[in-house]
Amino acid sequence: MTGLRLEALSHRDRLHAVDLTARPGETVGLIGPNGSGKTTLLRCVYGTLAPTSGRALLDGTDLTRLGPGERARRVATVPQDSAADIDLTVRELVALGRSPHKRFWEGDTADDLARADAALARVGLTALADRTCPTLSGGEHRRALLARALVQEPELLVLDEPTNHLDIRHRLDVLALVRTLGTTNLLALHDLNLAAAHCDRLYVLEAGRIVTGGTPAEVLTPELLAAVYGVEAEVVPHPRTGTPTVLYPPGPSVGRKTSSI
Amino acid sequence: MTATTTVRPAAGRARRAPAGRARYAAVVAGLLAALAAVVRASLALGSVRIPPGQVLDALTGRAAPSPYRTIVLDVRLPRVLLGAVVGAGLAVVGTVLQALVRNRLADPFLLGISSGASTGAVLVIVLGIGASTALALPAGAFAGSLLALVLVYGLARRGSTMTGPRLVLAGVAVSYVLSALTTLLLVTAGRPEHFQEALYWSLGGLGSARWDTLALPAAVLTLGTGVLLALARPLDLLLTGEESATVLGLDTDRFRAAVFVLASLVTAVMVAASGAVGFIGLMAPHAARLAVGSPHRRLLPVAALGGAVALVAADLGARTLAAPQDIPVGVLTALTGGPLFLWLMRRRPEGAAL
Repeated sequence: MTGLRLEALSHRDRLHAVDLTARPGETVGLIGPNGSGKTTLLRCVYGTLAPTSGRALLDGTDLTRLGPGERARRVATVPQDSAADIDLTVRELVALGRSPHKRFWEGDTADDLARADAALARVGLTALADRTCPTLSGGEHRRALLARALVQEPELLVLDEPTNHLDIRHRLDVLALVRTLGTTNLLALHDLNLAAAHCDRLYVLEAGRIVTGGTPAEVLTPELLAAVYGVEAEVVPHPRTGTPTVLYPPGPSVGRKTSSI
Repeated sequence: MTATTTVRPAAGRARRAPAGRARYAAVVAGLLAALAAVVRASLALGSVRIPPGQVLDALTGRAAPSPYRTIVLDVRLPRVLLGAVVGAGLAVVGTVLQALVRNRLADPFLLGISSGASTGAVLVIVLGIGASTALALPAGAFAGSLLALVLVYGLARRGSTMTGPRLVLAGVAVSYVLSALTTLLLVTAGRPEHFQEALYWSLGGLGSARWDTLALPAAVLTLGTGVLLALARPLDLLLTGEESATVLGLDTDRFRAAVFVLASLVTAVMVAASGAVGFIGLMAPHAARLAVGSPHRRLLPVAALGGAVALVAADLGARTLAAPQDIPVGVLTALTGGPLFLWLMRRRPEGAAL
């Protein structure tokens, strides 16, 4: 078990020779401004983009060389395009996550549905299991898709903005849940404070390159925030946990980006 | 997460799943009963009205040779069976194509198949190929469909990818070109009776049904539906979105290409047997989805039964409304299907698309 190792992963002009490591069971956060390449990097890892060069090794196997079926047994994600408008029940939607482990002609067994129910309980959607997808709110649908990723039983969970559309309580719940799964997790997050509180290590992406990486305390400094985001912010330890907490300036950003895009 | 998530008061949002085994069984039982009823009516009614007892005697082989027996067994029964087979086939293909291109307006004719069939049929008419054999027209139509299939497939595929939108674009483009070609053929041939024959064929009809033309469509329907039922899970995956299906392990390009070819072949056989009967392939999937939801394991059988009932009923109308004149059944399915489709659309809750 060596976890995830990206070696010089590149995608056209969006991603340039990215090296990144996530040890087994570790939760690694990817932060960076809009357009810095976070989504491109994640898509190269979960397989809907083919990198132009480089490797993405999961326990020594290059994910970019696996077929969709084999990859889906090892890597799960919450895709951006999953349609909310189909007449499946929430339980049926979640049970689709068992697909990589089944022959294509097999239907859902009682075991599959039981796993779906267990996953729904973990994301707090038990009460909605029999509802149809179009009746869910955006946040509920995202949580159902997370439950679907859970029943895939992946080694690696790759999540692009998993807290989008969620209220603050469910943001905290989802991130706490992700950490209890025992999976290796690679998360792209916009909220720096959530990233600091819930990730073991952070990587900062800017213009397709990794700027720096390390523990949240090492990475989240006023200097970095000024350089990458162009924001003059203060970073103070959380009064209770001691994790670095970013305090943003009032009003519009006053800093100037000191590095180039 | 905590188990104490409060249940939101769901007034107006509490539409329960249209799923459930009991509901599915009830819908299938209802459709089977409807099919039996409409088949029985179709065998009894027509330009000659045959008493139900006589129909039953003919079916069970207890009737002595008589005109009634001939009408029931050799004229009406093959026609009714062909109607059921074609209706079911078009419905199944429509259902699958709507998943394939993720568009609820997809129907068996969207992808150029029927235009190809028309071109092939008209070519046979204009050139007078095999004018003496009843099989020339269906054979020409089938060949035309295959040509359209190859064209659309080639245009829709780029490298190893075949996306839904590209498939629709290729289908529509090929349709237009082939339709124009058909018109050109008819115009330059300059024989009015060709126009009439081509028009009548293109409107669709089951009048050519005979026992020996029934076997191929029936076999193709059985085989095609069987395969597609086995593909219910990947079809469901495709419904959830391109990226979603991929990360759940489906090779969407290969799957879409394979199912497109299968669906096209089924359509080609149906169109060759009956002409292009519109609206069944659009209507039946919609109605079925309202009844049992989107999972294809339930959806495909219900759509097939619904399509069979609809086309047999429409053909009964086509034979009886202006008897002894046959109205092309395609005219009737469009006349009744159009308004019914709009009604279904209005009934659908907003956002419940696929």
